[in-house]
Amino acid sequence: MTRANIALLILIGCVAALPLFGGAYALRLGTIACMYAILALSWNVVGGFAGYPSFATAAFFGFGAYATGVLMNDGLSLWLSVVMAAVAALLLAAMLGAVLLRLRGHYFAIASLSLAEVLRELVNNATDLTGGGMGLNIPLVSGSSVLGDAMFFFYAMLGLLLATALMAMAVAGSKLGFGLACIRQNETASSMVGLNTTLYKSVAFGLSACFVAAAGGIYAAWVHYIDPSDVFDILYSVKPIVMALMGGLGSPLGVACGAFLYLGLEEVVWRNYIQIHTGVLGLLIVMLLLFLPHGLVSLRAGMFGRKTKHV
Amino acid sequence: MHAAQILINALVLGCLYACIAIGFSLVWGVLNVINLIHGSFIVLGAYLAFGLYYSLHLSPWYAVVVAAPLFFVLGYLLQRLLLNRVIHAPVLVTLTLTFGLDLILNNAMIYFFKADYRKLTLAPPLGSVSVLDVVVPVDRLIATLAALALTGLLYLLLRRSRVGRAIVAVRLDRDAAVLMGVNVEQIYAIAFGIGAALAGCAGVLMALIFPISPLTSSGYLGKAFVVCVLGGLGSVSGALAGGLLLALVEGVGSTLFGPSHATTLSFVLLIVFLILRPQGLLGRKGFE
Repeated sequence: MTRANIALLILIGCVAALPLFGGAYALRLGTIACMYAILALSWNVVGGFAGYPSFATAAFFGFGAYATGVLMNDGLSLWLSVVMAAVAALLLAAMLGAVLLRLRGHYFAIASLSLAEVLRELVNNATDLTGGGMGLNIPLVSGSSVLGDAMFFFYAMLGLLLATALMAMAVAGSKLGFGLACIRQNETASSMVGLNTTLYKSVAFGLSACFVAAAGGIYAAWVHYIDPSDVFDILYSVKPIVMALMGGLGSPLGVACGAFLYLGLEEVVWRNYIQIHTGVLGLLIVMLLLFLPHGLVSLRAGMFGRKTKHV
Repeated sequence: MHAAQILINALVLGCLYACIAIGFSLVWGVLNVINLIHGSFIVLGAYLAFGLYYSLHLSPWYAVVVAAPLFFVLGYLLQRLLLNRVIHAPVLVTLTLTFGLDLILNNAMIYFFKADYRKLTLAPPLGSVSVLDVVVPVDRLIATLAALALTGLLYLLLRRSRVGRAIVAVRLDRDAAVLMGVNVEQIYAIAFGIGAALAGCAGVLMALIFPISPLTSSGYLGKAFVVCVLGGLGSVSGALAGGLLLALVEGVGSTLFGPSHATTLSFVLLIVFLILRPQGLLGRKGFE
């Protein structure tokens, strides 16, 4: 286990101690922080390790949210629904990935971007199953106090974050991670030396989708009401990319730090400039790309004994 | 007669789609940048037409003439000052940068113009013409002709003028163009400026037909994506073919399955095309 991975686990441990210090607001922030970190770490498997510019995060987030919501309305328990949604997303993404991941560069970006649009329109039109544009109400889970409920979802999201972080570390240290790094550097060459690139990319895409869908499921149960324009919001695809760019592409620790930092900035901007907060977010993105293209990790590359990976 | 009406509607809408997409296609083809700010440029153009009509009583036909140079300068400066700095960076970076710029522009429009839907209504309405039961509103007809004229103008510019030839040369082979003495950075900025000018003009024409709101920009952008992929990148004829095909599929699809499924259909078509024929209808293989 590398020092960066240990640092990441310690970071997650620090987040776990959050309820000791704050009330409901801190819990809410902590839950969102965990969710953002899950999205960013999952995206990093495809976007950072394999270097594929995926904009499909929103698609699988919404898919997971709706799958969980529909299953829970059928009377299934939260855990069973989330697990089923995650497995369904894994299979869906692996199948779609086998087709979509043959595209490269801009074409892959556009195809993954339109995946969210297609799913949103399908959900919008399947009024019988999903409630369409009216949205979907999701039954309450615990029925205990408000604070107890908040605590429950915070730890659910934190547990999922831990699982995601372990997945990202396992992938980074395994043959799969090595194969993905080869694909990022030169896909044609890695395919020539006998790497099954389509299989590797599909597995990575599926893994990434699986955890995003689970996060979507917990989110849906947490907020009790979802509608297509909320959970298929294109910002769910873009935010993880900004977080990863902020922290440093490819390094799980960097990406997780990027997610927490991003949430902090977002919260400050949102609270102070409600009317122009998306504009400030845009400005932040532009500044980041122009002045710090390799993320925060590049500022102290030597500190973690590992150089930032470039796309 | 029903079929003829669908066909005419598709033809009119297809030319407008081509006009929306052509600037986007030019920028993607020449600079290899997916310009996510395109949709907001179109909406900004629509607001320009709206403002000129209600404050100066300037008809949208003249607003096109005002919009083109303004947007050209805007696009030129944007490319020169910002995009040019990351032009050789990977897809992810340029795409995310234009996304950030789009957030800024869109938020600024919501802030200054509010998110309310507005409509530019010409003082004496133009009415509609009908030939053998096929009805076409005159404002749509004129916008279509103007869109065709703009498309033709770009075609002439690319074929006949010195700058146009240089743009095509950079598109075909950037390195060879450098060796032939083309100032590539200048050409990039000019191509981006032309793309922005076309978006602004398209916006002026859209103001005649569709309601105006900053929220409509992603819809325009989505159409531009689909048209580009369907028709093939960077060519004028490709954008026209893609626009017509998209309008036809949407028209026939919404007649058969109901209008709510038209968007789904167009994006499914996009993904099918990306997989089976990524070079588009008129593109050549290996041209990227």
